[in-house]
Amino acid sequence: MLDAVWLVPALPLAGFLVLTFGGRRLREPIAGWLATGCMASSFVATLGVFLALVGRPSDDRRWVTTLFEWVPAGDLRVDAGFLVDPLSVTMCLFITGVGALIHLYSIGYMHGDDGYRRFFAYLNLFAFSMLVLVLGDNLLLTFLGWEGVGACSYLLISFWFTDEANATAGKKAFVTNRIGDWGFMVAIFLTFFTFGSIAYVDVLDTTAAGTVATSTATVIAVMLFVGAIGKSAQFPLYLWLPDAMAGPTPVSALIHAATMVTSGIYLLTRVNPIIADAADWVPTLIAWTGAGTALFAATIAVAQRDIKKVLAYSTISQLGYMFLAVGCGAYVAAVFHMVTHAFFKALLFLGSGSVIHGMNGDQDMAHYGGLRRFMPVTAGTFVVGWLAIAGVPPFAGFWSKDEILAFAWNESPLLWAVGLVTAVLTAFYMTRQVVLTFFGRGRFADPRPAEVEAAWEARLAEVDATVEAAKQTVAAETDNGQPAEGLEAAEQALAAARAEQATLRAAADVRPEPSGFALEAAPDVGPVADALPDEVAVRAEHHPHESPRSMTLPLVVLAALSVVGGLVQLPFSSTTKRLEHWLEPTLFHNEVHLTIGAGTLWILAVVAVLGGVVGIGVAVAAYAARRVDHRLFEQPVLADAWRLDRAVSRFMGGPGRAGFEAVARFDEAVVDGAVDGVATLVRKEAGLLRRFHNGLVRTYAVGIGVGAVGLVAWFLSRSSF
Amino acid sequence: MVVTTSWYLTLAAVLFTMGAVGLLTRRNPLVMFMCVELMLNAVNLTFVSLGADLGDLSGQLAVFFVLVVAAAEVVVGLAIIVAITRRRQGATADDLSVLGG
Repeated sequence: MLDAVWLVPALPLAGFLVLTFGGRRLREPIAGWLATGCMASSFVATLGVFLALVGRPSDDRRWVTTLFEWVPAGDLRVDAGFLVDPLSVTMCLFITGVGALIHLYSIGYMHGDDGYRRFFAYLNLFAFSMLVLVLGDNLLLTFLGWEGVGACSYLLISFWFTDEANATAGKKAFVTNRIGDWGFMVAIFLTFFTFGSIAYVDVLDTTAAGTVATSTATVIAVMLFVGAIGKSAQFPLYLWLPDAMAGPTPVSALIHAATMVTSGIYLLTRVNPIIADAADWVPTLIAWTGAGTALFAATIAVAQRDIKKVLAYSTISQLGYMFLAVGCGAYVAAVFHMVTHAFFKALLFLGSGSVIHGMNGDQDMAHYGGLRRFMPVTAGTFVVGWLAIAGVPPFAGFWSKDEILAFAWNESPLLWAVGLVTAVLTAFYMTRQVVLTFFGRGRFADPRPAEVEAAWEARLAEVDATVEAAKQTVAAETDNGQPAEGLEAAEQALAAARAEQATLRAAADVRPEPSGFALEAAPDVGPVADALPDEVAVRAEHHPHESPRSMTLPLVVLAALSVVGGLVQLPFSSTTKRLEHWLEPTLFHNEVHLTIGAGTLWILAVVAVLGGVVGIGVAVAAYAARRVDHRLFEQPVLADAWRLDRAVSRFMGGPGRAGFEAVARFDEAVVDGAVDGVATLVRKEAGLLRRFHNGLVRTYAVGIGVGAVGLVAWFLSRSSF
Repeated sequence: MVVTTSWYLTLAAVLFTMGAVGLLTRRNPLVMFMCVELMLNAVNLTFVSLGADLGDLSGQLAVFFVLVVAAAEVVVGLAIIVAITRRRQGATADDLSVLGG
């Protein structure tokens, strides 16, 4: 069965090819079912490979199959082959499993979209690239998949490319990822120079044998780390991920939460012997980058209003946890969290997609509220995802997060503290999201602040116009002189209009500032209710609706996985740590072992749970019970992502752009100038020579004659008579 | 009076010079063509006489090559001249300079 591993990536590739070249007959919904079928078959094939691997003894679970010779170039010989071992198969299982569910979900979500077939073709291509990334038996093949998923990410972020913002977001993701890719490429070059091979089997076995210089391992590890933070959206290269939410929601779930963004963690786990041989500061750097990003992104998530932006920053934060785990040497915990995160974050994203679908594309949480009555399945499964990410036992997220926190404590209590604060913030912002979306007062029919503002403006202008009109009537009656009753009536009308104007102005002065979230009651529009735009009335007619079954079924499956996902790695005894035993052959004994006692572990777990409860409690107090003013948490600087994005834009737009333009000018003046100069010189010389070529046969004949005479003279002068 | 090889060589030189001067001074393509033939045959004469003088057969052989090449050249050259004359009455070789680059 291991021989059939090529089927795993081949099936999505086949799906992509059929969808791309299959013509127009592959319409909705056949295209969707075809793509989903390919992914499901790929999942079945992965299961077969998994079972075959389980059937082998644990020290014989590494198997390489070579498909063909890919790059035979002198000393560099790269084969296209697959490395089947516990790590790659674990990745494949959740990529194809979660992937198939998200494909199924997309059938309903993309219903009626013009790019239906194109969407599924891209999704299949993405799945193929991702599987090549994790199955590749050398760095170059992984890099091929790495670039493939990057390209698909670009294509899918800017899927609705007619909107300028979406296209820009795609470009941003692509360009930011280039920085990381540079690191990856340098690492590949260095690996080849050092080992003479870039196949994982050679590189890792050599490194694990301890024959590589520390300095070399350090440079390679740092460069791979640069590659990893680009793809996995860690500080400072995280900037693209929040913008990537411009893509359709299933894309956010599949690519920007569950699979592609975890490839950085996969890469670092794969090369764990190199990190182990590197200088000590490298793991520390990885751990602190992860912890810092986790905390940083969590603070931003607290103040977001867009339902997908919250989840985007949450993803960055959770990926930070995984980097923290890798930096602490807890590779198993990193993979464990990667798997559970794939379950619950995919669930949350798909749930948010279901909400957006039910709300006709509205993503602003200020317009939600009380949706659990309209979409019970979405609400129920979302609550499961919320409990899992908030670290409430016994949901999946609790076990993986707790394990990471334990290893962080093992490394340094300071790292643990950062992780704990992040956990509290996570519980807070997720509770906030759940309460704002599914509980409380339904706000979808409310007039929006801008509409209220417009209504006031309209009303005030109307009253002013009435006063003016009354004034003119009075003036006309005064000129007229006769009869007096007319003047009296006009003056009374003017007084009434003035009074109304005064009342309305007074009311306008004291009217409440429109707040972001009208949690308690709809905005008070008393005197201007009639002047509201028609859209408000239209909106009141519309009701949110539950999504079709093809969308809710994946939600239910993912919710079940989010509940039981922790079973693969329970910390109670050696036998319940199944994932650790399973991954052992790929970790070369580099997995750190906890040196802290069971008592401390229990205390840490209790503290983490309490932290989560505190986060949930504060959010409930602020948003559900309204004991605390929620605006306290929504600081503008947080909503604006610490202004970092803006600062980077300004820097790149100002000095950065000037620098690039200077380089362009140098290129134009010096480099191009040199080339153009040579060309001009040649053309001038040729212009001179051209005169001799005048087309007159006699001139040529003279040339030949003179030449012949000259030659004869030369021979004669040289010969010795 | 003995006709020595040098007589033949002198005659060849005279013929060659006549041909060369004619080629340089005349404009009629047909005349220029005949001048070329004159030069070629002057060279042939040199080959033959030196071949006889030195008792080397390769001199005579070279003449056959020249004759064959000259025949081929005449075919192409006359065809071109006919084509030019059809297009333009009384055309001279200088008029062909429009074909130059």
